[in-house]
Amino acid sequence: MSMIEFQDVQKYYGDFHALHDINLTIDAGETVVLIGPSGSGKSTLIRTINGLETIQEGKLIVNGQDLAERKTDMNRIRKNVGMVFQHFNLYANKTILENIMLAPRLVLHRPEDENKKFAMDLLDRVGLADQAPKLPAQLSGGQQQRIAIARSLAMKPKALLFDEPTSALDPEMIDDVLNVMKNIARDSSMTMLVVTHEMGFAREVANRVVFMADGRILEDDSKEKFFDGQPSNERARQFLSKIITH
Amino acid sequence: MIAIFQNYGGLLLQGFGQTLLCSIIALFFSLIIGSMFAIFETTPVKFLRVIARIYIEVFRNIPLLVITMFFFVVIPMFVAKISGFAAGTIGLTIYTSAFIAETVRAGIQSVDPGQMEGARANGLSFWQAMRYIVLPQAFRYVIPPLGNQFINLVKNSSVLAFVAGFDLMYQGNVIASDSLSTMSTYVCIGLLYLVITLPLSYWMRYLEKKLA
Repeated sequence: MSMIEFQDVQKYYGDFHALHDINLTIDAGETVVLIGPSGSGKSTLIRTINGLETIQEGKLIVNGQDLAERKTDMNRIRKNVGMVFQHFNLYANKTILENIMLAPRLVLHRPEDENKKFAMDLLDRVGLADQAPKLPAQLSGGQQQRIAIARSLAMKPKALLFDEPTSALDPEMIDDVLNVMKNIARDSSMTMLVVTHEMGFAREVANRVVFMADGRILEDDSKEKFFDGQPSNERARQFLSKIITH
Repeated sequence: MIAIFQNYGGLLLQGFGQTLLCSIIALFFSLIIGSMFAIFETTPVKFLRVIARIYIEVFRNIPLLVITMFFFVVIPMFVAKISGFAAGTIGLTIYTSAFIAETVRAGIQSVDPGQMEGARANGLSFWQAMRYIVLPQAFRYVIPPLGNQFINLVKNSSVLAFVAGFDLMYQGNVIASDSLSTMSTYVCIGLLYLVITLPLSYWMRYLEKKLA
């Protein structure tokens, strides 16, 4: 069953054609890695899925609902689709524990003791249970990103979107974050779309790799074909050779 | 000066009370109304943005005295009789709320947009994100300029004197013409304004330190 489906989607910023004839289907439980040069529209694409960006043409069906329809309730989509940002976006005025507990309390009305127990379990899972009473600014970038992942998981979403989750991190922090993401990806019930240049992550847990440039999807391959065979698109091949030699 | 306090203590006290009361009422409501229009200005709903823009530009750019006179003179002609104190307090509230709206809007816009995005992506509605995440951070930024607005509000409450609001300034005029010691009267009045504004500005400074 498809969790996210783009059908001939177009997006414009004024005259600029940001997303061009996007057709992409992501099945429930799949992990898809989205790569491409900067300015290729990866972030824009991923941000349309939870309505942070709107589309002008085409259909975008998320969890059975068409986002282009006016009556679609975005808040309901966002309950089921979590997002992790490049710059974490943790609530600066709330403690780590409150960051995780706030949305389940306000949106899902989860009972307080259950909410707290689940939040502490999640903190345990990302290895940061001892940081619960601190403020986000007191944590390193890698720690903040793991908290951001825990915050998304607290809503028990069906899908998670990652928008360059390790790009703003120091190199020695990246592995901790990737390990948390790999564990989520191995849980077969979670649908994941990840914008990243971490090819090790893609090789290990992705089902598919999608390559974008200039607002178009140029390549959509199984992981095996993308890494071990050859992408059929020339630009995708060039891009791959550049990031792999790094 | 001591004679003024001795001979006109009752009037001064009454004036002081009216000024304080008017200031507290106007401060409370202008903060609420101002914050509301500040939120309107930052919503994605265009209609609310336009409403807020009109309100702010109109009341920010008309003299306080004109707004007050409008309520004192025009409203009784068409709607209902209204006391000088009420007209002055309403005028002061509306006038100050326009400035507070601009101040709070600047505060909201100085909060990292990622905070709103993170909250929305996390499932919170626009109003929940505003209330729990954005506004608490915005108010931290705007305490110093808000303090200025509050102090201006207390001083501007002297507009009540023009509409028989029996405030400190009004009683000062009465005492000055009765006692003929103009200078010491207005010095007393000035001191009594300081009794309100100085603690207010120290309190704002304390809040600023505490929350920073």
